[in-house]
Amino acid sequence: MARTLIQAPASARKGEVVELRVTIAHPMETGYRPGADGRVLPRDIIRRFSCRYNGEVVFSADLFPAIAANPYLSFHLLAGDSGTLEFEWQGDNGFAQVERRTLQVT
Amino acid sequence: AFAFNRAAFEAKSVADAVKAYGGGAPVESKDVTLTAPDIAENGAVVPMAVASTLPNLKHLLVMVEKNPNSLVAKFDVSDAVEANFSTRAKMGQTSDVYAVAITKDNKAFFTKKEVKVTLGGCGG
Repeated sequence: MARTLIQAPASARKGEVVELRVTIAHPMETGYRPGADGRVLPRDIIRRFSCRYNGEVVFSADLFPAIAANPYLSFHLLAGDSGTLEFEWQGDNGFAQVERRTLQVT
Repeated sequence: AFAFNRAAFEAKSVADAVKAYGGGAPVESKDVTLTAPDIAENGAVVPMAVASTLPNLKHLLVMVEKNPNSLVAKFDVSDAVEANFSTRAKMGQTSDVYAVAITKDNKAFFTKKEVKVTLGGCGG
């Protein structure tokens, strides 16, 4: 499991726009860079990030080799109902990780 | 395990990438904003933010023209999020950075900004 850092508020008012910031530890090897032995290192990147809010995909992004190592994303979500936020990363070599946070809406 | 858009992945130019996501010829627009530094001392981590006030958005793309694959990220916009995203990108050399907004009726709007990358990573 890769280490993740998720900045999400625990509670929000209904209709409030909350900022969500996520990073995940990942080398994001581009596939263009030679390694110590002079051979090009194979590509190993995270291809897709998605965020589900109560089961519905509210935000997703396709990531390409030009994303810096330890991919950082921030986006703004409109708080609707209380529920879970599910963050999912998928990548090369079968990389997959899901993290969950609950959001209390008052 | 999951589908991805090969044409977009292999796109070398801005126009190709926009076409791969179904957008028409991109038009320069003030309703798309791109926030990036004028000078990036370290090309491995360049913060970039895109935002747009256009209605009916489908995708926001970030592209670095002179990278081997020009696409950096594609963000999908939904009604529950604001069209305001930020991330960090790699840049191989000084290049124009493009932010492209594609609307649901497949119109494309862009804005661009040149980011200078200092080689050597020591600010020289």
